Amino acid sequence: MITVFSLVLLAGVLGFAVARPRGLPEAVAAVPAAVVAIGAGLVSWRDAVHELGELGPTVGFLAAVLLLAYLADEAGVFRYAGATAARWSRGSPRRLLGIVFVIASAVTAALSLDATVVLLTPVVFATASTLGVRPKPHVYACNHLANSASLLLPVSNLTNLLAMSAAGLSFLAFAGLMALPWLAVVAVEYLVLRRFFADDLDTPAHTVDVPREPAPRFALAVLGVTLAGFAVAGPVGVHPAWVALAGAVVLAVRQRQPVRTLIRQANPGFCLFVLALGVVVLAVSDSGFGDVVDRVAPHRPDLLGLLLMAGLAAVLANVLNNLPATLMLLPLAAHSPGLVLAVLLGANIGPNLTYVGSLATLLWRRILHGRGHPPVTGEFLRLGALTVPACLLAGVVSLWLSLRVSGI
Amino acid sequence: MRILVWLTEGTWEACVDAARDFPGADITLLHVVDVGTEAALSGSAGLLGRLAGADPAELLAGAERRLFEAARAKLGRDAGTLTLRGRPDHEVVTACADADVLVLARDGEQSRLGPRSLGRAARFVVDHAPCRVMLVWPAAPPRLDSLP
Repeated sequence: MITVFSLVLLAGVLGFAVARPRGLPEAVAAVPAAVVAIGAGLVSWRDAVHELGELGPTVGFLAAVLLLAYLADEAGVFRYAGATAARWSRGSPRRLLGIVFVIASAVTAALSLDATVVLLTPVVFATASTLGVRPKPHVYACNHLANSASLLLPVSNLTNLLAMSAAGLSFLAFAGLMALPWLAVVAVEYLVLRRFFADDLDTPAHTVDVPREPAPRFALAVLGVTLAGFAVAGPVGVHPAWVALAGAVVLAVRQRQPVRTLIRQANPGFCLFVLALGVVVLAVSDSGFGDVVDRVAPHRPDLLGLLLMAGLAAVLANVLNNLPATLMLLPLAAHSPGLVLAVLLGANIGPNLTYVGSLATLLWRRILHGRGHPPVTGEFLRLGALTVPACLLAGVVSLWLSLRVSGI
Repeated sequence: MRILVWLTEGTWEACVDAARDFPGADITLLHVVDVGTEAALSGSAGLLGRLAGADPAELLAGAERRLFEAARAKLGRDAGTLTLRGRPDHEVVTACADADVLVLARDGEQSRLGPRSLGRAARFVVDHAPCRVMLVWPAAPPRLDSLP
């Protein structure tokens, strides 16, 4: 009974986030649901406060990174990336795809998947359009890499930030273990997309004169120093969220951005939603459902265990969405960094499989539907069915190799 | 005579050149907004109340406007335009019902003469079009010795 009640609460929170009646923020349902979960005794006060204390710095980190990406865009970093891609491609669709892969993987890794979806994708579309190249393969590349290239750094995806604190991994240890899986997964995506969109990529190259965009040196330097700062912050006892915030403040001061804009761009509503969601998911985990998941979850980080964990995370990400799936699986995997990283492989790559894979894709479908657009299930699902299993396999095997080599 | 010219990014110039071979014909330039591209551009709609991105419909409309302008300038004479939305191959076949001739460019393999050098969309349209079809190479055709 308790299981059903907590699952209904979670479904209500996610359903509201998807439907957004009257455009109300997601937190409007999530916060009362968290209060109900505590009031009804599904989660004790003490556990809820502990959970919020764990999530707090992580959510703060996300807010700072969102702000950093916005300010980088204002400084012209993404325009510069688009102009550089156009020039280097020399009008060839295939060369452009390769460059888009490099840029989208780097942007997703360093500035989070949001930056790729919101800020980079429109620039890539405009670049393809300027060059007279069919935009579809390049736009799909951004869309897929926003999920599958978000494996490298803790800042790349909210799921990674949650995992980093759960597994007790440092920024550098995380990046070191995930570098090989990240490269392997991006390579698989590249090979599959190149084949899948071969017809669109075979069109002849046109040489177009692209005006030179001046490099936003200051912003690029700040981003570089901030990234390096993430790596050194941990060992000297500073939470990397402070480094991200410092980077954002430097850019904001230089751009003379009003404080109100900064607060809006840090998305406090979304941060509140994640905190409340954490409490609701805790209620689900504490109920019988968590035991069921615990029974099927593997406990040893051998190759089979990693494969099973990544598969389970991918399935849960497609059933429950990837954020709650991550919150639920992390406590079960927390004893082994390998298993935590396997959860991330599933939760980050899995959403490319179906529309419902993540809240993002679920909402995307709703919006398309709401505007009277037919959702393109056929093409999307075919591409997902080709990439996701192959990426998961390549990711898990290379994670296993990384773990073996590092001896963790 | 009603000529329908299917414009797609990367290959439309050859179609417009071919359409110039029909002096006095009634020319319509057709562009199909691919719902696949539109959907892949709409990812920002799903990021849970985080920063909203550029409007995909606006991006696509702007690109299409520039495409039509360039095509009209290259054609050098008056022509109607037709915008459709959906799966391009299906939409083009439907639009052919009112045309005498469809002009389209080959997609897919451009480095050899065949067999199976036509891409999926072009193959579907050639296979199903309910009118005469003029199929053009987007660039210089491959040499004869590329035959297997």
